[in-house]
Amino acid sequence: MKDKMDRTPQTPPRNSWTFSPEISAEIRRAADTGIYDIRGGGAKRRVPHFDDLLFLGASISRYPLEGYREKCDTSVVLGTRFASKPIELKIPVTIAGMSFGALSGPAKEALGRGATMAGTSTTTGDGGMTDEERGHSEKLVYQYLPSRYGMNPDDLRRADAIEIVVGQGAKPGGGGMLLGQKITERVAGMRNLPVGIDQRSACRHPDWTGPDDLEIKILELREITGWEKPIYIKVGGARPYYDTALAVKAGADVVVLDGMQGGTAATQDVFIEHVGQPTLACIRPAVKALQDLGMHRKVQLVVSGGIRNGADMAKALALGADAVAIGTAALIAIGENDPKWADEYAALGTTADAYDDWHEGRDPAGITTQDPALMARLDPVEAARRLRNYLSVMTLECQTIARACGKSHVHNLEPEDLCALTIEAAAMAGVPLAGTGWIPGQNGF
Amino acid sequence: MQTIDLATTPLRELNAALQAQAGTTNQTRWEILNPKGAHAIAVGLDAPVEVTIKGSTGYYCAGMNKQATIRVAGSAGPGVAENMMSGTVVIEGDASQYAGATGHGGLLVVQGNASSRCGISMKGIDIVVFGNIGHMSAFMAQSGNLVVLGDAGDALGDSLYEARLFVRGSVKSLGSDCVEKEMRPEHLDILRDLLERAGADARPEEFRRYGSARKLYNFHVDHAGAY
Repeated sequence: MKDKMDRTPQTPPRNSWTFSPEISAEIRRAADTGIYDIRGGGAKRRVPHFDDLLFLGASISRYPLEGYREKCDTSVVLGTRFASKPIELKIPVTIAGMSFGALSGPAKEALGRGATMAGTSTTTGDGGMTDEERGHSEKLVYQYLPSRYGMNPDDLRRADAIEIVVGQGAKPGGGGMLLGQKITERVAGMRNLPVGIDQRSACRHPDWTGPDDLEIKILELREITGWEKPIYIKVGGARPYYDTALAVKAGADVVVLDGMQGGTAATQDVFIEHVGQPTLACIRPAVKALQDLGMHRKVQLVVSGGIRNGADMAKALALGADAVAIGTAALIAIGENDPKWADEYAALGTTADAYDDWHEGRDPAGITTQDPALMARLDPVEAARRLRNYLSVMTLECQTIARACGKSHVHNLEPEDLCALTIEAAAMAGVPLAGTGWIPGQNGF
Repeated sequence: MQTIDLATTPLRELNAALQAQAGTTNQTRWEILNPKGAHAIAVGLDAPVEVTIKGSTGYYCAGMNKQATIRVAGSAGPGVAENMMSGTVVIEGDASQYAGATGHGGLLVVQGNASSRCGISMKGIDIVVFGNIGHMSAFMAQSGNLVVLGDAGDALGDSLYEARLFVRGSVKSLGSDCVEKEMRPEHLDILRDLLERAGADARPEEFRRYGSARKLYNFHVDHAGAY
């Protein structure tokens, strides 16, 4: 009898797709703790992205530029609409807003130094401006956030631009979060909060509620800073057409548009993965809004959220952006999630490249922490060199593609240079599916 | 006395003139005529000058003020003295929403009533309101003192941190994590000083004090219903 059973073909264990091991583990974790999962970073799920687009390159009807001899300009000027002192960048990639508090002092210093070496700007975050950051950043964008932590007119005036943050791609409609482990005395002092509390900053600005109020708020900021500074408005990838149009209406010099792959220091996983649109889906509606208002290239568009290399940059520019911004990629460049800390990531129950518990302040790389011993691991000068190298590579890659498409400036890239590998990407980017002339959603089908 | 008539002078010119005053200026007294509800009047000042605005103002009057004393001989629109750092702002009439929002220092006196969200996210400013204040006042207030001689609306001090709230009249309701607290001698001293500086006709003993229960400072699942 036993032998007969052994010969019976066995059904291998089969996991449910609906209740996958990951889903079941999260149910158990929720049942254990009674609190949602909080983590850093942006959406980890696969969404249509720049990888789903290809450049066509030159052919008989288009001639290319010589790779090593013919110039391909990369400069960009941000804030030409109203500001008397627009920001001039050598490369069309900037460092996105990340707070001192979420990041360590050495990490912020490295971002400032590296961006400066590369000829671009960096950005403060929800925690105010530090002297180190100002000192090491030739061009510094000062974020104006709902919390107004550390906000003061002196820092406004010593900034090179002001970025009014309405939302961010990781959590459109959400506020800030910095848990107690990272609210050290210095961080607490800058934010006027008790040491060690779980800081949740507001999701709405305290003194304006809509585009009409925002227009007056921008007037006030311009009056305080003598109409010198470019004023950016940063929005998450929620309703890019209307948000861009309203930002222009409110008087923005620059619109910063952050898709759902854009990172955050800490937010609920459910928020990161389920609210907002992919970066790829946001660009064309935003550009259309600018075009409809006759403001494309007059109000500059900066796109962020999952930009990783020169190809992503070139594709974003081809779709109509004036520049891109990077956050997570910059952190990786300076050492975040480096496999050299593999043993320590393992001790934290994770792996290099997967570590995202940035809110816990135990980052082995010394970047998303306020722990003095861990912070000391990050040499800001060496980290800055790495960031400069990475930004240079991105730019060279973008130029390579632009030259192959026959462009003497990266801003001359255009949707006509692109095709899409998937129907979804073709629809979102508004470019033809490869091998066809079909742009889904246009011409009635 | 320097007089600027907004009926004939652009706002930019007015603010540039006021902002150009250094700490040692001898042009210490300014009068602004015909404000007619204009926005962003006398913003970003950083000198010990005295500015009187003869009429009512629009949004963000005296925004981010440092050192200056600004008096509005009328009522003020939303966000008066927002993010004030130091100095004094006096509103002889009423103040609209968000009066003193996110203020880091200085003294804001509203001799009439203040609307909703008075002192929202305040970070060290002192606010004295002779009349009543609207709902959601002192929301997420971090530090400083809010003194109300009249009544407070719904959800006073919701999710507040270490700001002190003193109300002489009734409180329609308290917000999450805001509780009545014992009035100790040091609080009476603070209150006496503020009432005196604001020129308010009230005695400290008439007020009740409210502050944070500090239950929301660190997340606990049992308090989830408060959010």
